[in-house]
Amino acid sequence: MRDAWQILVRRPEVVLDRTLEHLQMVGIACGIAIVIGVPLGIFISGKGKRRQAIADTVLYVAEIAMTVPSIALFGFVMAILSSLNLPSLGLPPAIIALVIYAQLPILRNTYTAIRGVDPAIIESGRGMGMSESQLLFKVKLPLAIPVIMAGLRTSVVATIAIAAIAALIGAGGLGWFIRWGLRQYRMDLIIVGSVSVAIIGILFDVLMHRVERWVTPKGLKRSVRQ
Amino acid sequence: MIRLDKVSKVYPDGTRAVIDVSFEVPDGELCVLLGPSGCGKTTSMKMINRLIPITEGEIYIDGKNTGEMDENELRRNIGYAIQDIGLFPHMTVGQNIETVPVLKGWSKVERAKRAEELLELMGMPPGEFKNKYPSELSGGQRQRVGVARCLGADPSLLLMDEPFGAIDPITRVRLQGEFLKIQEVLKKTIIFVTHDIYEAIKMGDKIALMNEGRLVQYGTPAELLYRPENEFVESFVGADRALKGLQLLRVKEIMTDTAPTAKPDEKAEAVRARMEQEGIDWLAVVDIGGRFVGGVNRLDLSGGRTVKEVMSPPAAAPVDAVLNEAISLMLGSGLNTLAVVDRDRKLLGVLTFDAIREALAKLGQRGEDQ
Ligand SMILES: Nc1ncnc2c1ncn2[C@@H]1O[C@H](COP(=O)(O)OP(=O)(O)OP(=O)(O)O)[C@@H](O)[C@H]1O
Ligand SMILES: [Mg+2]
Repeated sequence: MRDAWQILVRRPEVVLDRTLEHLQMVGIACGIAIVIGVPLGIFISGKGKRRQAIADTVLYVAEIAMTVPSIALFGFVMAILSSLNLPSLGLPPAIIALVIYAQLPILRNTYTAIRGVDPAIIESGRGMGMSESQLLFKVKLPLAIPVIMAGLRTSVVATIAIAAIAALIGAGGLGWFIRWGLRQYRMDLIIVGSVSVAIIGILFDVLMHRVERWVTPKGLKRSVRQ
Repeated sequence: MIRLDKVSKVYPDGTRAVIDVSFEVPDGELCVLLGPSGCGKTTSMKMINRLIPITEGEIYIDGKNTGEMDENELRRNIGYAIQDIGLFPHMTVGQNIETVPVLKGWSKVERAKRAEELLELMGMPPGEFKNKYPSELSGGQRQRVGVARCLGADPSLLLMDEPFGAIDPITRVRLQGEFLKIQEVLKKTIIFVTHDIYEAIKMGDKIALMNEGRLVQYGTPAELLYRPENEFVESFVGADRALKGLQLLRVKEIMTDTAPTAKPDEKAEAVRARMEQEGIDWLAVVDIGGRFVGGVNRLDLSGGRTVKEVMSPPAAAPVDAVLNEAISLMLGSGLNTLAVVDRDRKLLGVLTFDAIREALAKLGQRGEDQ
């Protein structure tokens, strides 16, 4: 433990660099996951039998992907990339694997949130002459925002933890300490790596709780409700 | 004016929800769609703004076939209020009311002015309510906002599906009364869905009674009560139709608009002598401002006291009340003469039990003669 502290004191810039690398990886992965997950979630929340079938399939596949152990998922991504003759080490495969992980909470929460909007509210909007896109942007999305944000939070926190594995395929980040420590039997490095991951995980959880409250429309906040 | 022409609805699962329904609602009338649960009221109503596609037949608004209009345009010109109210929880009361004006591209100033007007009309001071969220309102206030919202862009046609449904009976009666007063001024053409016969009789200029998808009888409330066209109507109306008829008449229609009065500080003896001379048993006590403050029976007037000391508490019927409210006041106070007052409790006349009996007898005849 004291050795771990030594690393922090003597080489803070290394820890900072790895942390930034870690966050960058998480940021890119979650950014891509939002860009894919939210529109896809909106799309599959549409009504109709065909849409429902698509929704069931998409959610099923995403759920399965979540159950694959993370190390195995990184392995799969590497295997697929190398079979396509693409670089299978470094940042790109790590990001792809993380996006797959980050996807499900965002996708599922978007889908459930939009599905969960009170039908009476949607009907009164439609009955007053809102077009489908007006309904989406003025009614459904604002009401779904808190739940979508909760999904994003789950996603970010999970990705922060899983990104520690990315170092195994040479993508850097805080996992780098862990990998190095494991190889050299240095407990201090392992502790620096894993404690840092835990700390930024908790920090982001708290931070995003704040953001969640902040983006929740005022009329929906609990303090207003009573 | 709105006209349904042989309209039918078959849902994709084969349910025949509405079968060959035709009727017409003239401008400025309130038509109640009435009938047991599942008889097709909501379906009929939603076909008018095309929330539900028509299977067969046509619906015309002011002579124009709704099937040929742009769907959203059509809906923006029809006020729409539903039982679950469906207020937008993320918008303030003001923003909710401005929904259709926004869709129609009104300017900010016009919109704000309209929202304030409507809140005023609903008896909700804009300063207090405009910036509140639906979650901060009581059930009754939410219903009022729902009604205000459907009046948002001043449409001439309103569709209302049990707009006072989700609410306690006392507030409901009050909202019904308030709404009728507003309607007297606005004269909108309204389709109003309910399964409550009392509400139908009280609110409707006409009632369209439906059963199992078909229109069973279309007519005034009195016609339905006193000239049911078949057994279904008769049983739906119920054996106590005389009592229900009480809802058809208002105090102002049958009251006597003069009343013998006395001042609070007159001597009991003098008043009693006057009453004996004129042969009356009851009179109203009014203050200098003409406000009703109590009633006296001739037999109570004795001794050297003033009228004020012997008068009974001021049981009075509001001039706009329907007769069943007046009767319950009579039963409650044990009087068979009630003072009739306006909003400021100014005395306008008296209502006697005999007058009510006479009026009901006439109403029954009228319905049967028609
Ligand atoms: N989307 C639908 N698909 C199939 N059947 C439907 C659908 N909506 C309504 N129905 C059926 O159509 C019939 C009429 O329904 P509707 O909602 O018009 O009744 P209602 O008179 O408004 O009843 P309530 O007083 O209970 O609101 C019912 O038998 C109902 O089950
Ligand atoms: Mg209904």
